Amino acid sequence: MTQASDLASSYELVVIGGGPAGLAAASLAARAGVQTVLFDENPGVGGQIYRGITANPVKNRSILGEDYWAGAALAAEVKASGALVVNGATVWSLDQTKLVGVSIAGKARLIQAGRVIIATGSLERPFPVPGWTLPGVMTAGAAQTALKAQGLVPSGRTVLAGCGPLLWLLAAQMLRAGAKIEAILDTSSRINWLRALLFLPDFMLSPYWSKGLKLLREVKAKVPVIRIESVEAAGKSKLEEVVYVTGGEERRVRADLLLLHHGVVPNVNLANAAGVAHRWNERQLCFEPILDADFGSSVPGIAVAGDGAGIAGGTAAAERGRIAAIAAVRALKPGGSVADPQTVRQSLQREEMGRFFLDWLYRPADSFRRPEGDTIVCRCEEVTAQQVRDMAAMGCEGPNQMKAFLRCGMGPCQGRLCGLTVTELIAAERHMTPSDVGYYRLRPPVKPIMLSELASLPIAEAERKAVER
Amino acid sequence: MARTADVVVIGGGIHGCSTALHLALRGLRPILIEKDYAGRHASGVNAGGVRQLARDIAEIPLSISSMDLWEHIQELVGDDCGFESHGTVLVAENDEELASFRARVDDLRLKGFTHEELIGRDELKRLVPAVSDHCPGGVVSRRDGAADPFRSTQAFRKRAIEKGAEVLEGVTVTGLSRVGDVWRVETSDGPIDAPKVVNAAGAWADRIAAMLGEPVPLTVVAPMLMVTSRVAPFIQPVVILRGRKLSFKQLGNGTVVIGGGHLATPYRDRNETVIDWEKLSLSARTVWELFPVMRQATIVRAWAGIEAYMPDGIPVVGPSSTSEGVYHQFGFSTHGFQLGPGTGAMMAELVATGATNVPIDGLGITRFQSR
Repeated sequence: MTQASDLASSYELVVIGGGPAGLAAASLAARAGVQTVLFDENPGVGGQIYRGITANPVKNRSILGEDYWAGAALAAEVKASGALVVNGATVWSLDQTKLVGVSIAGKARLIQAGRVIIATGSLERPFPVPGWTLPGVMTAGAAQTALKAQGLVPSGRTVLAGCGPLLWLLAAQMLRAGAKIEAILDTSSRINWLRALLFLPDFMLSPYWSKGLKLLREVKAKVPVIRIESVEAAGKSKLEEVVYVTGGEERRVRADLLLLHHGVVPNVNLANAAGVAHRWNERQLCFEPILDADFGSSVPGIAVAGDGAGIAGGTAAAERGRIAAIAAVRALKPGGSVADPQTVRQSLQREEMGRFFLDWLYRPADSFRRPEGDTIVCRCEEVTAQQVRDMAAMGCEGPNQMKAFLRCGMGPCQGRLCGLTVTELIAAERHMTPSDVGYYRLRPPVKPIMLSELASLPIAEAERKAVER
Repeated sequence: MARTADVVVIGGGIHGCSTALHLALRGLRPILIEKDYAGRHASGVNAGGVRQLARDIAEIPLSISSMDLWEHIQELVGDDCGFESHGTVLVAENDEELASFRARVDDLRLKGFTHEELIGRDELKRLVPAVSDHCPGGVVSRRDGAADPFRSTQAFRKRAIEKGAEVLEGVTVTGLSRVGDVWRVETSDGPIDAPKVVNAAGAWADRIAAMLGEPVPLTVVAPMLMVTSRVAPFIQPVVILRGRKLSFKQLGNGTVVIGGGHLATPYRDRNETVIDWEKLSLSARTVWELFPVMRQATIVRAWAGIEAYMPDGIPVVGPSSTSEGVYHQFGFSTHGFQLGPGTGAMMAELVATGATNVPIDGLGITRFQSR
C-alpha cells in the first residue's frame, strides 16, 4: 500500500478517479513515458461501474453481466502501464495552480501536478420526494454499490422507483442475485417518447439497443411495472409503505426498502472548486464543464474526462480518458508514442451513439425534480422545498445567496444532494433559466478532512518554528 | 440624460449599504452601485466577529459607536442579523504576552476607554473552559460578539431600499468626472449625476481614488477562513490570539469558524481566490494545541473574501483631498465588518452636514500623500 509519505512532491500527470476514464487515461499516459499518479478514493479501482473489479465477492459472473467484467481489462492495463495507482486516496482540493490536496490513511499531502485529468465520474441525480430521508429509502446506486462491493442483496419487500437505464440494470442484477422486487414504479412520462423518437434510428444502431431490449424483457417478465405520476415514502420511524398515484388514483404498497433513481449527472464538485467554467445542459438537466475537443477545461492544464464531462456511460468514459491523456502526453512528452487520436475519436463517437435517445426518454418530469411543501431538499441542513421557494420568491436570486439565508448546501455533502434541486426551484420561482441562476460556488475541501489531517500537512521549517511553542 | 441622485455610493459591502441606509434615514436620495451583488465579497464571507477588542486607537470611536448600533440592530435594520454577544477574549499564551496586554489596557484607560479588561487565569478558565492550561490570562471585551455577515449586509441593503435608497447590482463604475457643480458617475448602466459621492468600493476602492487623482497604496488581500462540522457546544466568546494568527468562534449551530488572518491568493479581476493549505495547516496546528476538544473535528469548507489592506492596517475614512464632495470609506484591512453600522452613520452625517461628532482623526487619505 502506498502511504502519503511515499508520494513525490510533484508528478507530471495527476489523474483523479479510478473508473474507466481514469484507468484508461493513466495507462495511456504512463505507457507513453509520462510520470503518472492515479488517486482513487476506493479500496480498489473500477469506479462505480466496475466497482470492486479486482476483488469482487460475487462469484457468479452472470449476475453482474459481461459488461461489468470488461472492467478487468482496464484494471490489468493500468497495472502493467507503470502508472502509480494509489487506492484509499481522497483528493480534497484542486486549484487553478494544479496543486492537489490528497489524504491517505489520515495523512494529508499537497502534490504539484504538471497536468490534471479529473475523472470523478457521476453521481445520482437528487430525487427529493416526501419521505426520502426515512430509513429504508436509499438510491438505486447505493444498492448496486452494496451488491458489487459486499455481495449484499436486499431480503425484504423491495420497491424500485424512477427511470433510467441504470434502474433497469440494477433490477436485472438484483433479480439474478435472487432478490424479490414487489414493483417498479416508472416515472418516465409518455411525452418523453415523442422527443426521443427523433433519435430512435441512431439508438437502434448503438450497442445499447439490443442490450436494452433484452434487459427490459428480462425484468418485465418477473416484476410488475407501473407508470406513476407521483410517489412518496411513508412510515413513522422507518419506511412502511410506498404511496403512489397511477392513472389519477392513489395506491399503497407495503415495503421495507424503496430504491430511488433518476439517472446520473456529472459530479462537478472538484472541477467547480478548481475554477473550471460550467454550463447548463438542458437535455440532461444538469451542469457540465465547458470543454474543448481534447476535454481540456477553461483552466489551462486541467481536463475533465469520463461521465464528469457529461453523461455518456462507461465505455465512452474510457475513450474520453484516452483522448484527454493523448493531449497530456503531447504537452508533456512531445515525442511520446500514443494511439492515433482519430481512431480513438471514432470509437468514442460509436460509444456516444444513442445517448440522445436515452436522455430524452428518461428525462425526469418537472414534478419529480421540483418538490413542494415540506419535502426535504437539503438533507444535511434539513431545508424544505417551501423554504427555498419562499426565499426565492422574496428575491433571493441564486444558490450562493440561498446558502447564506438557509444554509442549504452548507453541510458535509457540499450540495451534492441538493444543488440541482435548489437551482431548479429558484429558476421556477423566479421565471429564470437554470443557466442564469447558476450553481453553488463550491469551496474546498470538496471532501471533509479531519482537523488532525490538515495539521499533518508537511510545512516549511521556518513556518513550523513560527507556530511551535 | 443622466439619472440624478443626492449621493452616489460606490460599493455594496456592509459599509456602502450602511451609508446608503443612513443617508436615506436623513431624507436624502442615494443610489448605491455594486459590481456584483451586495455582500458578495469580504462583507458577506468574513468571520462575523463584532469586536471592539484590540483595535487601533484611531478607530476606537467608530468601533464604540458601531457597538451601540449593533446592540439595537433589530430596530435599525429590522433583522437581528444573527448578532449574539458573548464577548471577545484575547488569550495570552505566556506571561510575556500577558504583560504586554496589561500595558495596552492601562494605556487605554488613560485615554478614557474602558471596554478592554485584563483577566487572569481563573476568569479566563471561567469564560473559556476549553482553553489549554498553558494560557495565563488575557483581555476581554464583554460587549463584543458575532453576527452573520451575509445576512447583516443584506439586512442593511434591504432596509436602505425600504427607506428610499436605490440599489443597482451588477453595475460597474467606469468613470468619475466633474460636470458643472455635480459629479458624473459613468457606469455600465449609464451615467448618474450627484453632488456627493462615497467611495466604499473595498478591494477596488484604489481604482476610484485613482480616478480622482489621489492614488493610495492599497493591497488586495484575501484572509482565509474554515469551518468545521458540528461539535457539541463548548465555547461562547470569540477567541483571538496575538502571537500566532488565530480567531476562533463556535456558532449557535455547533460549527466552529477558524480564521485569524492567514491569506489566500486573490485575483480581484476574476472574483477568485486560491486557498493556501500550508497556511491553513498552521491554523489547524494552533487549534490542535489550544483546544484539544477539536482534534477529531472535521473541516467542511475553507474560503477567502477579497478585501483591501492599507500599509498601516487602518481604514481610509473622510473627505477626498482632491475632489470636493467625494468621501472615502474603504481599506478596513481585514477588520471592517464590526465598523459598518457606525461608520455608515458617521459618513451620512459627514456627507449631509459637512461635519461629524465621531472623531475620525488619523484616518484621512492625506496620510499617504508625500508632503
